[in-house]
Amino acid sequence: MEWTTNTLGRKIPVDIGGKTCAPFQGAFIDRRKGGPKALSPERTSQAAPLRQKPDKRVADWDDLFDRLDLRDGASISFHHHLRNGDKIVNEVVARLAARGLRDLTIVPTALFPVHDALLPYIREGVVTKIEGSMNGAIGAACSRGEIRRTCVLRSHGGRQRAIQEGDISIDVAFIAAPAADPYGNANGLFGPSACGPLGYAKPDSEYAGKVVVITDNLVPYPCAPWSIHGANVDYVLKVESIGDSSKIVSGTTQLTRSPTQLRIAQLAARFIEATGLMKDGFSFQAGAGGISLAATVFLAERMRRAGVKASFAHGGATSVLVDLLEEGLLGSIVDLQSFDLDAVRSCARNPRHIESDPYASYGPHARGCVANMLDVALMGATEIDIGFNVNVVTHSDGVLLHGIGGHSDACASAGCTIITAPSFRKRIPIIREQVTTLTCPGEVIDVLITERGIAVNPKREDLLWKAKKADLPCKEISQLMREVLTITGTPASPRFTDRPVALIEWRDGSIIDTVWLLEGE
Amino acid sequence: MSELQVFEAGFASKSDCLVRYVPSACPVSITAKSSVAVLFGDAIQCSAQDMLASYGVTTGRLEIEDDGALDFVLRARIEAVLRKAGFVFQSCPSLQKDWAHTSPRRAPSDRDRTRQVRLYVPGDQPHFAINADLFGADVLVFDLEDSVAEERKFEARILVRRLLESEFLFERSELAVRVNALRTECGKADVAEIVAGHPHAILLPKCESAEDVKVLDTLLSLQEQEKGLERGSIHIMPIIETSKGVLAAAEIARASDRNVALCFGYEDFSRDICARPAPVEGAGATQGKSAQIEALLARQMIVLAARSAGIQPLDSVFSDIEDTDGLTESCYLARALGFEGKAVIHPSQIEPVRRAFSPSDEEVERAKAIVAAYENSLKEGRGAVDFDGQMIDAPLVSKARRIIEESARGA
Repeated sequence: MEWTTNTLGRKIPVDIGGKTCAPFQGAFIDRRKGGPKALSPERTSQAAPLRQKPDKRVADWDDLFDRLDLRDGASISFHHHLRNGDKIVNEVVARLAARGLRDLTIVPTALFPVHDALLPYIREGVVTKIEGSMNGAIGAACSRGEIRRTCVLRSHGGRQRAIQEGDISIDVAFIAAPAADPYGNANGLFGPSACGPLGYAKPDSEYAGKVVVITDNLVPYPCAPWSIHGANVDYVLKVESIGDSSKIVSGTTQLTRSPTQLRIAQLAARFIEATGLMKDGFSFQAGAGGISLAATVFLAERMRRAGVKASFAHGGATSVLVDLLEEGLLGSIVDLQSFDLDAVRSCARNPRHIESDPYASYGPHARGCVANMLDVALMGATEIDIGFNVNVVTHSDGVLLHGIGGHSDACASAGCTIITAPSFRKRIPIIREQVTTLTCPGEVIDVLITERGIAVNPKREDLLWKAKKADLPCKEISQLMREVLTITGTPASPRFTDRPVALIEWRDGSIIDTVWLLEGE
Repeated sequence: MSELQVFEAGFASKSDCLVRYVPSACPVSITAKSSVAVLFGDAIQCSAQDMLASYGVTTGRLEIEDDGALDFVLRARIEAVLRKAGFVFQSCPSLQKDWAHTSPRRAPSDRDRTRQVRLYVPGDQPHFAINADLFGADVLVFDLEDSVAEERKFEARILVRRLLESEFLFERSELAVRVNALRTECGKADVAEIVAGHPHAILLPKCESAEDVKVLDTLLSLQEQEKGLERGSIHIMPIIETSKGVLAAAEIARASDRNVALCFGYEDFSRDICARPAPVEGAGATQGKSAQIEALLARQMIVLAARSAGIQPLDSVFSDIEDTDGLTESCYLARALGFEGKAVIHPSQIEPVRRAFSPSDEEVERAKAIVAAYENSLKEGRGAVDFDGQMIDAPLVSKARRIIEESARGA
């Protein structure tokens, strides 16, 4: 296999399976040779429908698969709005395996522990490639080389772009829908499996060869609102249940009790206020992790005290954000994913709780996306190096365990990107000389906040100056790393072979890093 | 040493490790399982070998189940099992530096430093101790007494010593250890072990007479000499938590030059005097649970004893960590009685205590005005001045200056 090195010094293959790998050149380099790239042609146009109501209903799974006529090597896609309660991914793959299909590529927006059930199909060769996101046991299986072809990891925005620009072709999109009509209009807001927005499936519904809506809550036409347009849908299948509602929204709204997490969250809120980012009409994105949730609560306290209101919050929605919206501290929530039932209800009834999709929120080649309107993004990391490069997919032992999610998109688009993380987890230091896997370049990361101090990227002298003036505990990142290594000791490096098990795509489709097969596997 | 006996220390939980030593006639071997094996497997082996050599162990099996314990924790657990098995430290043979047996040289802490918040940290759980210095407590109290089960006392005192020796973990807080009462063998063993870690202070629980403090003073002097530390560098904070102790408070406070503070222990005191809480809330002339009316006289006696001896009176813990309002009320009560600080059992209690003990904005403004008026009068050569109808005299001015100082420190 031939290798090359990208501008970040990471080793990447020249080509994989006959497809050339474009090396990453920079977060904002326009790689489209000869001007704008033509978008993927709209899906093959259909024969003109007969007059009046086309019948999209299929009787059952077998009827559906008979009509779809999938072949070996097909690629099929799924969304992750049903999170750990999803029943559809496993069901579809199991049924295709039973029909004797092999060599499938699956293109999920994310996978959850419930999808560990795919492992036998991966080992048997039914699924031989995953493009999108690999989490938990599936990620670990990928690291051990159990997935036969080289996988691809993309951010939510990168996935949308890849679909739109034809880098991925999806044969069939299977869209689980908590509410749908017989024509295929669908949303995620109502019904026993309500999950909130349904936007992650939108690019798939627009560009996949065939689109199937699967619902356990068939409503009369027209289903409103229609997050997924019936005009894009080929088949509608009614099933008993698309998911386990108790696990669909499983996010915690309990404020963390960990004093270390609370300290990091306090520092983050103080930093945002002290550097003047917290001003009337500002906007932010924070996830639903322990630190992010607490930081949102602390930031809200400061907003209340200072009489400042935010124009919107973006990303995943929680009851914490819903309360702020209803209190009037937030003008809007732009929501890609609801983490609890309060968020689902709010999304269904509050017009200021706006349902978004990956193109609008993160689209790398959109004419500006929601993330571009962000003043602050609070994001996590499994590792960060002294050049502020970030890893969110592998752990320090080299095992792939997480997807990228919206991380790269928010980091590269927001006005100020803050990574919050403990400086070490158990004995594992988070700040490293070099990250094990590089998913987001240091050029778009502005600040690291840990319990042991704040490191500001030297490019952001403006922020550093203001933070120091406010007496925040600022340190150089290499100094912070040395302090942490004194506590933990310097870890050994995992040993890899030179077989790539996954490529990490930057938002623009260039390859920013490679995940390697672990030695001894 | 029985062939069948297995010696064990530590926990198989996050940031800790479970270590076993199984004696046998076979040449010594190490089996280590770790959740961070890829990154620290070699380091764990190295430390284990180093420890075995330090204790001259040539036979038996050392088993380690690790979930990301820091090196000093791993070594503390290994040290505990080897000493339980009867091995004695010989020398540190390897080039790898072991922090043990090299006492840190901490400068003694300032006798009068602020001790508004002292945070109790259980002495046998490294997970809570590692970041304890970051949360802004004035004093960290590593506890070997009530939060450590009887069968864990031995390994806990070794862990706390190793913790104190890990100087890189601490730079802000004063470091103290609550040992077991000296009437027990355990208490004496605690002191003998802990001095090597050179804590700033020892908290002596169940203190009932001047003699109790004097015994500790003598023990400390002996240990300081043995470890080559400056004599008298370790302070004592007696804890009074019995009726006998309260009645002897004045002598206890004066019993040693090492004394820097006198602490109150409410829970034990309440039990000791057989106080019975009102069966119905609001009944029995108490105002909420923070009033603790049965301990009012005890608190006052402790404040008087401490103040008359020129040391700091420090109040007990407020044990309901969910009840921030109750905590704040109990701080106001303590402040009104003359206490300088409060103990906490969770970092989330630090901020409320700090706030309650710090002077309010109005108090600071008033203090500044008083000092300004006083200085003005000096400049103009006037004698007595009045402020808001109140005569300004020297004690009032020095009280005002203290409020301004405190607020500057809190900011």
